[in-house]
Amino acid sequence: MSNMKNSARTLKEAKEPLFHLVKRQQISTGKAWAIRIGTIIFSILFISVLTSIVFRESPFEVIKYMFEGAFGTNLRVNVFFRDMSILLIIALAVTPAFKMKFWNIGAEGQVLISAYLTIVCMYYLGGKVSNGALIVISLLAALVGGMAWAVIPAIFKALWNTNETLFTLMMNYIALQIVLFSIKVWMPAGSGQLAPLPYGNLPHIGGGDYVTSIIVAIIITLFLFVYMRFSKHGYEVAVVGESQNTARYIGINVPKIIVRTLALSGAICGVAGFLIAAGIDHTVSIDTVGGRGFTAVLVSWLGQFNPLAMTVMSFVVILLTIGTTNVMVNSGVANDFFAEVSTGVAFLIIIICEFFIRYNIKFRKRVENDHPAVPDNQQQAELQEGGTAHIEDENEIGSEEVE
Amino acid sequence: MIAAFLKSAIRLSATFLFGSTGEIIIEKGGHLNLGIPGVMSVGAACGCIAEFYMVRAFGTSAPFMLLAIPILVTLLTGALMGLLFSFLTVTLRANQNVVGLAMTTFGVGLAGYLITKMQSQNFIIITRASKFYLNLFNLAGNDNWFVKIFLSHGILVYIAIILAIVVQIILSKTRVGLNLRAVGENPATADAAGINVTKYRYVSTCVGCAISALGGLFCIMDYMGGNWEYILEGYGWLSIALVIFTMWRPALAIPGSFIFGGLYILSSYIDGVTFAQMEIINILPYAVAIVVLIITSIFGKKNVQPPAALGLSYFREER
Repeated sequence: MSNMKNSARTLKEAKEPLFHLVKRQQISTGKAWAIRIGTIIFSILFISVLTSIVFRESPFEVIKYMFEGAFGTNLRVNVFFRDMSILLIIALAVTPAFKMKFWNIGAEGQVLISAYLTIVCMYYLGGKVSNGALIVISLLAALVGGMAWAVIPAIFKALWNTNETLFTLMMNYIALQIVLFSIKVWMPAGSGQLAPLPYGNLPHIGGGDYVTSIIVAIIITLFLFVYMRFSKHGYEVAVVGESQNTARYIGINVPKIIVRTLALSGAICGVAGFLIAAGIDHTVSIDTVGGRGFTAVLVSWLGQFNPLAMTVMSFVVILLTIGTTNVMVNSGVANDFFAEVSTGVAFLIIIICEFFIRYNIKFRKRVENDHPAVPDNQQQAELQEGGTAHIEDENEIGSEEVE
Repeated sequence: MIAAFLKSAIRLSATFLFGSTGEIIIEKGGHLNLGIPGVMSVGAACGCIAEFYMVRAFGTSAPFMLLAIPILVTLLTGALMGLLFSFLTVTLRANQNVVGLAMTTFGVGLAGYLITKMQSQNFIIITRASKFYLNLFNLAGNDNWFVKIFLSHGILVYIAIILAIVVQIILSKTRVGLNLRAVGENPATADAAGINVTKYRYVSTCVGCAISALGGLFCIMDYMGGNWEYILEGYGWLSIALVIFTMWRPALAIPGSFIFGGLYILSSYIDGVTFAQMEIINILPYAVAIVVLIITSIFGKKNVQPPAALGLSYFREER
């Protein structure tokens, strides 16, 4: 250990870098969330300016259009919260797997296959059994479909450590092909689109298809919060995620936890697929999920696996998607892809922000200054003065090594 | 019929070959870049836009400009995307999977946006440049079956194959390749041995992304004949899967991409299948990828495993 330090010192004398990064030892949760919320507001403003440049509108008009598009009428408010709920449910679904460091990027396929199985039930049983029974049957089918699509990769991961990222990714495409196949069987000629089916639709609560999704999203959020935070299952998931060796050592059956967690993940995706198919679209196509499975992965990760933060993230994503689309409509430019670009940019901004929460940039300092907390402007001044050796840094390295 | 099938399979395979050769370079350095679909889309979009301006400026009278400038623009765009990826993952230490997915969202969206914007102009003129991609070293017209299948392709197909071989040699026979593999297997050891991990990861990611982006340009300008279609996202994901198929060896990526290309177009070459049955046959490339994935993980010896540090960021301070 001391050898290493010595060699580090000689290196430093030779060349002191302009700045170096120090992992923040302590940042208060409040401050971290303040930075995050600040970033989210910044990213919305940034997208607004970007949009205003692209569509040649004033930034204020853009923000006005964005919020009008999202909340302008009662119907829009309902659609907004419905879309947000669906995205949130999918994001919640992938969260337990991520906590376990199981990189499930197959939410797209898991949701699609369950939406598809819902429609299969509606197509073949519609009119033959009562609506209530049909809803139950199709919900079960959706759950089984979502679970199967998640559990199959999980079994191979648990037994042979098969790469789950690519496995789940390929499962997406298999689901897609199955949907394409069925649509061509059902609609051999014509538009290639299945018209909305009148059977087995979820009853409208409060006069629309919005309330059901919102209620389900709230229930799942609460359930998952309790499950991850207070249940034994949630604890086991956290341990497996931190260290599989530790988990094995304390007697946790790791393969069992992996498969069980992914079954839960898939089941929640199944609920999302069921809501989309039976509650909203009443039909299925290859665009049924429309990339929401991938977006949800980012929502979950950038929301720090925290259900509340994930709610905020889904809010932002849907605001940007619906908002920029409305700006586009109002400025008469037809370009469907701008919403995707703006979401992508917002994600990248938030990723950059995470860095500033985790790390502190320290610039070169003078020898005599070994006081850790230096305000930013002072650092800047010191940077201009220049500096040579570095005592504080040695201390910090030492303290990290002890950890 | 069989000759035509093999010819098409080899032609399409260049898209996968560029994509997976690029991703192999990236993964050998320890980065799992899920942004390849985005990189391919943006690269192809910028290349096609460069092509548009070249055709508008020179018509079809300057084949060299029509080939060189778009290829250069594509490589540059790909490298820039790689730079973004490495800046976020190496310098800003973000999670690689998250950055990759965000780049795919961003890239596919940006490509679609740019192309939609261009299509309001006379974008279709880029199809005129397509023949230069096809004809440069094309020996079609010769009746020999070998020439028909293997030597009647556009120039980028040959470049893809040569590139894969060159990358294989660099990876397994040179010091640079050895260092890169060391960085991907155990960055801490590589660092201790005096290899600049940051530099290797930056450069390998930029080079890999540039090569992958070329796959996008090939797909649009050669395979699609200059007609833009929103298909690159799927091809990008398949290229990533192909990396596993080839067990991280560019030389194996050549036959691997032939097989993938063949499976991808197989349904159009079987007589008497309905459109619905075609969709079931189209599951094959994905199913085969899964089977290979499972087999290599069950019977995997050490030399068919992914680089040990794949997907893990390296920070010297956190050892």
